[in-house]
Amino acid sequence: MSRTALGMPTIRPVHGHGNLHADVDFPTAAKEEMANIQMRANIRHATHTIRGKRARVVEELPDWQELRTAGSALKEQVMANLPELLEQFEKNFTARGGTVHWARDAAEANRIITELIEATGTTDVIKVKSMATAEIDLERHLAEHGITATETDLAELIVQLGHDRSSHILVPAIHKNRHEIRDIFLSEMPETDDSLTSEPRDLAEAARAHLREKFLSTSVAVSGANFGVTETGTLTVVESEGNGRMCLTLPDTLITVMGIEKLVPTFQDLEVYLQLLPRSSTGERMNPYTSMWTGVTPGDGPQDVHVVLLDNGRSAVLADPAGRSALHCIRCSACLNVCPVYEQAGGHAYGSTYPGPIGAILSPQMTGITAAENSSLPYASSLCGACYDVCPVKINIPEILVHLRDEDVRTRHGERPPTEQRPTEEASPGLAGRLFRRLPRVPSEMDVMMKGASTVMSSGRRMALAEKALPLGRALAGRDRAISWLPGMAGGWTDERDIPAPPRESFRNWWADHAAETEDRVRQDGGSRHVPAPDRADHTDEEDSP
Amino acid sequence: MSTEAKSEVLARIRGALQDSPDAPQVRRAYRRTSGRPAAEIREMFEDRLVDYKATVHHENAATLPERIAELLGPSARYVIPEGLDRSWLPEDTIGRRVLVESRMEDAGTVLSVRDLNEVDAVVTSSTVSCAETGTIFLSGRPEEGRRAISLVPDHHICIVPAASIVELVPEALARVEPTAPITMISGPSATSDIELERVEGVHGPRRLDVILLT
Ligand code: SF4
Repeated sequence: MSRTALGMPTIRPVHGHGNLHADVDFPTAAKEEMANIQMRANIRHATHTIRGKRARVVEELPDWQELRTAGSALKEQVMANLPELLEQFEKNFTARGGTVHWARDAAEANRIITELIEATGTTDVIKVKSMATAEIDLERHLAEHGITATETDLAELIVQLGHDRSSHILVPAIHKNRHEIRDIFLSEMPETDDSLTSEPRDLAEAARAHLREKFLSTSVAVSGANFGVTETGTLTVVESEGNGRMCLTLPDTLITVMGIEKLVPTFQDLEVYLQLLPRSSTGERMNPYTSMWTGVTPGDGPQDVHVVLLDNGRSAVLADPAGRSALHCIRCSACLNVCPVYEQAGGHAYGSTYPGPIGAILSPQMTGITAAENSSLPYASSLCGACYDVCPVKINIPEILVHLRDEDVRTRHGERPPTEQRPTEEASPGLAGRLFRRLPRVPSEMDVMMKGASTVMSSGRRMALAEKALPLGRALAGRDRAISWLPGMAGGWTDERDIPAPPRESFRNWWADHAAETEDRVRQDGGSRHVPAPDRADHTDEEDSP
Repeated sequence: MSTEAKSEVLARIRGALQDSPDAPQVRRAYRRTSGRPAAEIREMFEDRLVDYKATVHHENAATLPERIAELLGPSARYVIPEGLDRSWLPEDTIGRRVLVESRMEDAGTVLSVRDLNEVDAVVTSSTVSCAETGTIFLSGRPEEGRRAISLVPDHHICIVPAASIVELVPEALARVEPTAPITMISGPSATSDIELERVEGVHGPRRLDVILLT
């Protein structure tokens, strides 16, 4: 069901800005990235390795599906009651000595954080990996105000020192190999010399030595949060290296940026997510360190504690009943690791802070599908359904992709007026700002794809097969919907893929190859799905039938 | 702090929810209480810890001080929280000295982070442990101390009383005070950021010794 069918909301959705926009549209970016052979080899190695680990630890739990069901239902509860929960969270966090700030968009969040840092008199802060601060492009904003933010997560440090961009939610430097990392350390860390080897152990040791003094001397830290507990006002950070603990414990001032969707109702609810997240994410039974803090604890940790509650387009995602479950995401990255498109194109091609299948639905919803550079993202999928199968909170990514393609078609063809113009340069820092001067237009990609669709649709048999290929066996709601999701399979970036064969001949042949690959992938990953290609019309997860 | 921003964000969310979505009931059909015997749970815990490259020792009240002495080595300055049971510790020697740390300035020493960076080890107790995930919970109780003392020193000797081991994550979380500063520890710090090769020991204590106390 679309927004229009329900009548326009009284408050118009306000979309987000920041590192959410692609520099160039996905098909163009994917072509460029696919030429980078080293990166693709690294990404393939990484995704396959994590996938295998994930499968093993998920299999260990007899109640994995029950945990997923609870994790999904809890997030639905949170979204349905979000205003009340946010106010309760604010009340509880404040009662324990913390300060709550509200930010409508990236620019406002950046301004709040800058002012808080300036008030302490320091110009150096340490940061623990946070997608939210990457989204708002905080580091660049702080630099403009003379504040240096040092990334403390090893991968983020590699990315930062290499003047590079993250390519994966979980392992941002996965596109770099050990030799490239050694070179970066040698040129950027004054205390290293030629004796540094490219052994991961030595490189980690170099990072420890490099950051130790920072941890001991820096008085302000900026963090993200994995969860915020409404009933207690507790914040949670899940990590591996101990840099999170350092940032959350040693400084005097702690500023946490948290998306408004990160709440859970009760402390008990963490029992669900602290099982789902590490197993889905790193493929560990539990990540080495999880920290929780509730406001200020006298004599223990930072005594000046802030949280910035960030909207930046999240309320716009919430406004679409068919797409709002994208906000359930706990950023585990399991969907990236099983995605054949991500594996081919890499994280950079998505442009946004949020890559992979989740990025393909979240970024265009946060910025608005009419942001031309993101409107190609919903096509960055073969709709194989693997992402849905592994998602620990059961976000039906393929279904939302189909929905967004539909939205995209309708906005382009004038059925619905664009809800918002592109971001102004002022409101949109970072990548989006640069983008503004280039304004890449997707060369009516949809129109090209429509031609592909007509080929598929000209054959009744192919059409039927294509229909069944939808992960949910979702009934096609008329001609319009069919057009809206079929085209992506025929057009655009897929022409450049070398594995599997490009879908030049027919949808059917393409799918036959592809489904086998998917089945294989799902099996490796411990899934139980049967994929009778392409005649699969059902889905193993009974509770999810539409 | 802008109340205007707050009102606007809340108004946007209310506008977004004008279809009054019906959320499903949350069914907690997953395992919430263990049916396993204690010995099996203990074995599982140990297995998980070893898997994480922590070292596990079995001691009782009589053998504990000797073990701690051995783990510390002949020359070590180590820190303990003020509430730790002193009968667990070995006698100080010329080379080995204990520092008792208190978070309240009037009750004893408060070590600066630089002091902590100079000590060789820390000995703490723990609140509860989860066998299925190999996780030890610290929650700032007097026998565990403030968070910095179990973070900055490079060697953490953590005592886990056998009675505090449970099997499942829900059982463990139910035993910690939610508003306390909580640290969950599952093995020594680690990274897999370089080509996914796991390296133990980055910023947290690189050496974790767990003593199961029966
Ligand atoms: S969409 Fe699901 S699988 Fe993907 S990152 Fe979010 S929680 Fe993980």
